[in-house]
Amino acid sequence: MSTETSEPPPHVSAQVFLDGIVAAVRSVFFYVLVGNYLGLGALAYEVGLNFWWMALSTLLVWAAPAQIILVSTLHTAALFEVALAVTLSSVRFLPMVAAILPMMRRPGVRQRDLLLPMHLTAVSVWVEGMRLLPLMAPERRIAFYNGLGVGLMSAAIIGGAIGFVLAAKLPPLLAAALLFFTPMAILMSSARNSRTLIDGLAFGLGLVVGPVVAAQKIGLDLMWTGLIAGSIAYAVHRLREARRKAGP
Amino acid sequence: MSAELQSYLILIVVGFLPSEIWRWLGIVLGRGLDEQSEIILWVRGVATALVAAVVARIILIPPGALAGVPLSVRIAALAIGFLAFLFIRRSAFAGVLAGEAALIAGALAFGS
Repeated sequence: MSTETSEPPPHVSAQVFLDGIVAAVRSVFFYVLVGNYLGLGALAYEVGLNFWWMALSTLLVWAAPAQIILVSTLHTAALFEVALAVTLSSVRFLPMVAAILPMMRRPGVRQRDLLLPMHLTAVSVWVEGMRLLPLMAPERRIAFYNGLGVGLMSAAIIGGAIGFVLAAKLPPLLAAALLFFTPMAILMSSARNSRTLIDGLAFGLGLVVGPVVAAQKIGLDLMWTGLIAGSIAYAVHRLREARRKAGP
Repeated sequence: MSAELQSYLILIVVGFLPSEIWRWLGIVLGRGLDEQSEIILWVRGVATALVAAVVARIILIPPGALAGVPLSVRIAALAIGFLAFLFIRRSAFAGVLAGEAALIAGALAFGS
């Protein structure tokens, strides 16, 4: 692994960006996103939205839960309520961005260089990024992550377009199966990626605490689940570290 | 203003901005933090648990047509997919395919 800290020349940067796109195509998320956005595109057609509106919403919003809310409530709820539901569903991006950003930041990287990779951050890109970025030299990480994000976003846009066109012919069971892709892919990629105690424990606790918090109907249940389960996982990690240092 | 232009304006104000604001705040908050710092370890834990909560929510309160499949079938299909993942060389592809097959078979057998 290279230890140089200078900017890679432009042709290397383009090569690294392409490596990122290749990594996207090799990821299970590429196919999962095509499948899941097929379902979302079909939903957009059913509620009477425009083809280009659907594509642009993937490009700009780039968050399947927020887009599901947007598409399914736009014509039935007050715009203020829709905006509120969208913003609550996207709170997760704050800790995700804050956690992955330090892997890309180094001397010479400007704030505006981080705007594109952070816009491309969605659960799929983040999960793959957290796995792959530590394996490469810091000066290559932004270009690689941009390639990964653009590759996965393309899968979603293509899937959404196909779903929109096929909508009328999609039987309900197939539509259900397409929407089921997302939770399973997140579950398995996260399990494959979790190398530390915090990762595995936080995910397992999140699965259990999530429904319990949701049942309390206090709102913001995703955020509360993250704070509660994530803090417990971190506390267990600290306890174990302390015991190991004090140990025999 | 035409209805079409208005729909794009709504997309930006109601979809893009409410979602993107959290990414911008993440950049502001993550700026001064070190990759190995204790606070980042905690933030990682919170982010990972949040992602798990997204999975739990899609299973319990599913969107669109997935709501037509019974809850027991959704939970069982997720468990079967995860078991297949564990036993077939920790392959995410194998796990997703097994879970999808279980969902479809379960929906056909127990009604949707």
